[in-house]
Amino acid sequence: MARVTKPARYIGGELGAREPLHEPGRVAWLLVYPDTYEIGLPNQGLQILYEILNEREDALAERAYAPWTDMERAMRGAGIPLFSLETTRPAAEFDVLAFNLSAELTYTNVLNLIDLAGLAVRSNERTGDAPLIVAGGHCAFNPEPLADFVDVFVLGDGEEVVGEISEVLLDRAAGHPRSRHELLRALARVDGVYVPALYEARYDGTRLVGVVPRSGDVPERVEKRAIADLGEWPYPKRQLVPLMEVVHDRLNVEVFRGCTRGCRFCQAGMITRPVRERPASQVDEMVRSGLARTGYDEVALTSLSSADFSGIEHVVSSVINDPQCSGQVSVSLPSLRVDAFTVGIAAEIQKVRRTGLTFAPEGGTWRMRQVMNKLIREGDLYSAVDSAFAQGWRRLKLYFLIGLPTETDEDVLGIAELARRCAEIGHRYHHNVTLTASVGGFVPKPHTPFQWFGQDTIEELRRKVGMLRDALRGARGVSLRWHGAEATAAEGIVSRGDRRVGRVVEHVWRAGGTFQEWSEHFDLGLWTDGLKAAGLSLEDTVYRHREEHEVLPWDHLSAGLHKHFLWQDFSEALREHGLEDCRWTPCYDCGVCTGMTVEHVVASTVPPAGGSQGTGQDASAGGVMPVRFVVKEHEAHEAHEAREEHEEMVGAGASGGGA
Amino acid sequence: MIVRIRFSKLGKVRWTSHRDVARMWERALRRAKLPVAYTGGFSPRPQLSFGLALPTGCESVAEYLDIALETEVEPALVKQRVGPLLPGGIGVVAAGEPEPGSASLQAEVTSCTWDISVPYIARSELDEALSKLMGAASLPVVRERKGHVVADDLRPSLIALFSRDARDELGTRLVAELGTRPRGVRPAELAELLGTELGLARRTCQWIERGGSKFEPLDARPAVSAVAVERAS
Repeated sequence: MARVTKPARYIGGELGAREPLHEPGRVAWLLVYPDTYEIGLPNQGLQILYEILNEREDALAERAYAPWTDMERAMRGAGIPLFSLETTRPAAEFDVLAFNLSAELTYTNVLNLIDLAGLAVRSNERTGDAPLIVAGGHCAFNPEPLADFVDVFVLGDGEEVVGEISEVLLDRAAGHPRSRHELLRALARVDGVYVPALYEARYDGTRLVGVVPRSGDVPERVEKRAIADLGEWPYPKRQLVPLMEVVHDRLNVEVFRGCTRGCRFCQAGMITRPVRERPASQVDEMVRSGLARTGYDEVALTSLSSADFSGIEHVVSSVINDPQCSGQVSVSLPSLRVDAFTVGIAAEIQKVRRTGLTFAPEGGTWRMRQVMNKLIREGDLYSAVDSAFAQGWRRLKLYFLIGLPTETDEDVLGIAELARRCAEIGHRYHHNVTLTASVGGFVPKPHTPFQWFGQDTIEELRRKVGMLRDALRGARGVSLRWHGAEATAAEGIVSRGDRRVGRVVEHVWRAGGTFQEWSEHFDLGLWTDGLKAAGLSLEDTVYRHREEHEVLPWDHLSAGLHKHFLWQDFSEALREHGLEDCRWTPCYDCGVCTGMTVEHVVASTVPPAGGSQGTGQDASAGGVMPVRFVVKEHEAHEAHEAREEHEEMVGAGASGGGA
Repeated sequence: MIVRIRFSKLGKVRWTSHRDVARMWERALRRAKLPVAYTGGFSPRPQLSFGLALPTGCESVAEYLDIALETEVEPALVKQRVGPLLPGGIGVVAAGEPEPGSASLQAEVTSCTWDISVPYIARSELDEALSKLMGAASLPVVRERKGHVVADDLRPSLIALFSRDARDELGTRLVAELGTRPRGVRPAELAELLGTELGLARRTCQWIERGGSKFEPLDARPAVSAVAVERAS
């Protein structure tokens, strides 16, 4: 331990950690985050499942994180396998190793951790009572690149399904032998569970033509799970407080799940629908008791767009006016909407420890933002920025994406123009301001309207970044940051890859390529070698535009969204049409609410006061919008038919799509 | 008022850093709802002042912390309230008030006593190495600090070094009083000077030297150093 960096990664001891008793009749889960402790510990999904499983009488859960390379070397040198943090029990002694898949570039770590546990990495080489390898999280919505290594994927919210899986496994934990194959078939019958070994990937030449069940007793299409009411799941109740510093080291309270802003590049917004808000009074209670229990002086109200939370003003004023907090607690909204109203809230809640503010206009021109459906007017951005500088902020960060459909050089240069003008606004208030424009290369994601779009090449992304650098040379107060184009390409290989990409992941891992999320370890050469070895190419897996009727590797898995809705929305994007937020405007039948027995849970029929973003309307004064939350069955049917007619027309006219 | 706390750091928690320990105290004090004074400005921080940093991986039964409170609170009550809220391995040993007008812990502490296990070495062998160190006129070491090469002499900081039988069969114990001036010596550096591996190191005392006598930071009475006690035994 004295020889490894940050040894506190391996000692556990957090407030809220449990040391569960392993005994017959309890299914033992090891929840594994395939990145370092300080990245993985704050993960809310993992913490929620940790509590839910440990509350059950028939299950228990411990945790593990990826040991850093120095620790891994020491462990392998001493013959120590992957072990649990709480009771230092070898991973192979658990019934389930459950991985959280938050980012594609961690996949090589998943393989490495299975191997470090002393298990065969390929699922068909694991036999008998070897632990079941389970994976969930956002990336599980295209699980095919890990299909050869993971036994069971779970789609969607995990709160309910972990219990159902435990019940199926209980026989095994109690020592009643059941063959591995039988067990997998039983699990495949649980809603939201996908067992890749029971499906065959079929190809016509090099083209995937379907992923189909090998037998009749597993579903042709696996639907995601979604909890109907977040209010019934006030977790984590006992958020883990680590001994060492981690990212997001603060109390985190999830205020809603799902998002209907409809940003077309955003996978999280698409796959987590519908919107389910937590009752404001419960948020209050979770903030209050969480602060008292943990001793944190910062609380983040988390969601995909927290300023949209209908109870936001109530919650904020109640936290700030709480005498217990006495002005020492700061509240943060990790994803700020771009408008002056939001800045007003931010100013109110960040009376203490004011750091920087971040906005995500994402696109450099109004045209581009209509394409991506991030409907922020320049006026919204400038008034938000003006308001932020006027209220004392000096450091602002703007997030942008490049490499989006229909993007022209003018759109890219628009980023420089926006950044420059925002800095100019700052100089009206302060002598020194820092405006950081952070630019990322766009990676098309499954289950989004842009899933058909061919990703920009490494060279093209580099050219665009170079153009921005030139345009911003000498711009006072503006600094440009960008993410490596090579890592963007590698992410693209996995993001929309089919089962064959598993060979690439395995190749990179076998060549020593772990921690690919970390720039000091990332190596594009390993990925291109892997592609070559698997008979694949960047051209085909990453850069190619998909065709409308092409089978996509995740077509047999459903996030609730109709594929024809996504195609329709993609077509609208190419025609530069934005789409309104359906929380406050009529339903456009994306498929989620009507297809699943869940619907939006919103506390207020009035959208929060703010700018035009997302609603496509001038909502700067707040006010009532025409609202219809649930489409009745016959209406849904009519809407569906109307859309199909419309789609035929669009479909006939549109090509494979893209730039 | 200032309340001075003496606390221990034992077991697994020794792998956390000095900064980590500071955060543990901040959280525990907030949970205890003690009237801790805060700095002003845009980023108010609780007014806590820690003594010498304890190297990550070392244990201690003699860590100190000064807490500024806005109102008078009986030190024993501070101990009682905050003690149970600290993570396992961090324990409050004592609480009191520093002498009025005393300087900060950082400025006052002049030496520390360490109890260090030195594995894989016989006591006689260690004795020989220790007397060689104590007999040396100077012990120069070269370190790179912020891009500059700095040469230091560690000899003035070696105040006393003694061997003791180990608690188990594996090696020998070393009791060392190490000065903080002109520069502190860490147990790992001492092990390096001895050419041995460093086992578990535990800080057992911090000393303030004033007028030829040594005091512990929470004890106004002159004390003899632990090394002197060891010598007498």
